[in-house]
Amino acid sequence: QSTLVVAEHNNDTLTPITLNAISAANKLGSDVSCLVAGTNCAKVVEQLSKVQGVKKVLVAQHELYKGLLPEELTPLILATQKQFNFTHICAGASAFGKNLLPRVAAKLDVAPISDIIEIKSPDTFVRTIYAGNALSTVKCHESVKVFTVRGTSFEPATIEGGSASSEEVATSAPAGLSEWLEQTLSKSDRPDLASAKVVVSGGRGLKSGDNFKLLYALADKLNAAVGASRAAVDAGYVPNDMQVGQTGKIVAPELYIAVGISGAIQHLAGMKDSKIIVAINKDPEAPIFQVADYGLVADLFKVVPELTEAINKS
Amino acid sequence: MSARVLVGVKRVIDYAVKIRVKPDHTGVVTDGVKHSMNPFCEIAVEEAVKLKEKKLVKEVVAVSCGPQQAQGKEIDLQIISNKRMTVGFILQETIRTALAMGADRGIHVEVSGKDYETLGPLQVSKILAALAKKEEANLIILGKQAIDDDCNQTGQMTAALLDWPQGTFASEVTMDRDMLKVVREIDGGLETIKIKMPAVLTADLRLNTPRYATLPNIMKAKKKKITTVKPGDLGVDVSSRLEVLNVEEPPQRLAGVKVETVDDLVGKLKEAGKI
Repeated sequence: QSTLVVAEHNNDTLTPITLNAISAANKLGSDVSCLVAGTNCAKVVEQLSKVQGVKKVLVAQHELYKGLLPEELTPLILATQKQFNFTHICAGASAFGKNLLPRVAAKLDVAPISDIIEIKSPDTFVRTIYAGNALSTVKCHESVKVFTVRGTSFEPATIEGGSASSEEVATSAPAGLSEWLEQTLSKSDRPDLASAKVVVSGGRGLKSGDNFKLLYALADKLNAAVGASRAAVDAGYVPNDMQVGQTGKIVAPELYIAVGISGAIQHLAGMKDSKIIVAINKDPEAPIFQVADYGLVADLFKVVPELTEAINKS
Repeated sequence: MSARVLVGVKRVIDYAVKIRVKPDHTGVVTDGVKHSMNPFCEIAVEEAVKLKEKKLVKEVVAVSCGPQQAQGKEIDLQIISNKRMTVGFILQETIRTALAMGADRGIHVEVSGKDYETLGPLQVSKILAALAKKEEANLIILGKQAIDDDCNQTGQMTAALLDWPQGTFASEVTMDRDMLKVVREIDGGLETIKIKMPAVLTADLRLNTPRYATLPNIMKAKKKKITTVKPGDLGVDVSSRLEVLNVEEPPQRLAGVKVETVDDLVGKLKEAGKI
């Protein structure tokens, strides 16, 4: 038995969810190799070789892998699979992993399993369905198990103490079907939403994008990331990459503060594994209070500045 | 442009329905439960119809997989409070909804009984890939995920099986002859790629706002053609190698306490060591 984790990175640093995927891979009880494909990824290879539980780092460096396009990465992974015969191939359930692994699985003629939250045994996985309203335990009878890993369900592997060897793998022939043009990433000094310890999220109750500045002020006091409900994104208050929920990001911080969010099941799907949930909403009947540890029925425009101020003092 | 677009439409439990797990833990209760078109599929249909309105494609074909007669009684039209027409219960009505939105014709891929219960994204991808060849389609538009199984796989796998490029999680698509410029929703923001047609696109939420099917268009849609095929006719084996062992309710989170003031809240959070 052996497992391949496809690393996600930006050539300079490893994306944190790869560490969660590595620790999921380690739960399978077999050797773990990581594949790093990129244009100039020596730094990432170095980082990965220190990660506990990684035995081998496979490296493919070429201009072809600019933008990590699935059309180019898939033949590379298939060739690597042919060479090493992994029993499991996985990646984080991020936009990258979700885009890539189904393509790989289809080429192997196996059914992939998305966004797993638990590994029962090397062929049995638990995942959520219906926006987290049911848990499905799935046994996979495929020869190769291909899956993506929900980051919040597995502790990240530590980047120390490991001593993986690295090995170059042959570059695949270009597919030439797609071209990466550019990325526009939201610039923020706040922590990354998916891995932040504290998240402050706003919903339609904020009434405008401008009013989100109330949340930014609070977030900065708490060193928190700022998220939003789909309603707030649909209303155009904030960009989609801030969306928490079934169709957005799944978060599970130590503290989640939901402000002006009613708590549709689609939103709860993205945050109900948070350790402590605080809800601020003027509607006492809002469903968010059914999952909140601490609920404050109040006008957010009054109490959010008060809360920011109170934290200032403490 | 002579492009033909296939659009996949899936019939799912309506997003507003509270999901109940079956007592025998084999799945969730679907009998007598309101169904609708998967919201992401609506966005896919809208995008295809828009391309046709811009005369960038010549035909839009809506495809759905499922039994001939879904369980539950037939309800033709339901008009709900926001005046939106929803059609439920019968799979072909999901296709009719797509036709009422502007698709030209429909294909119903008949999958029933045990095969339907285990039908997953891999099997559906094989069906779509076979249909794309048969219909000589050069674009497939799907929703990025279905809100029932939340898999987010079918578009990527269909593209793989056809060796076509994929523009997934699309929030903006521009067609220029046989090239598509696709703005994609990624974790930290947006990404722009250029892909060659034939291609597969999957729709994210902000790609467009699906139109409501108007009554005259619903009437017109009744005259549009829906053909039925079986996976076997397409040479597709729908057996699955995934076995669902158990479906259960997630652990319930209990409501905590209401606090009266900001100071109370700060006090509680300090007690809990969170600030």
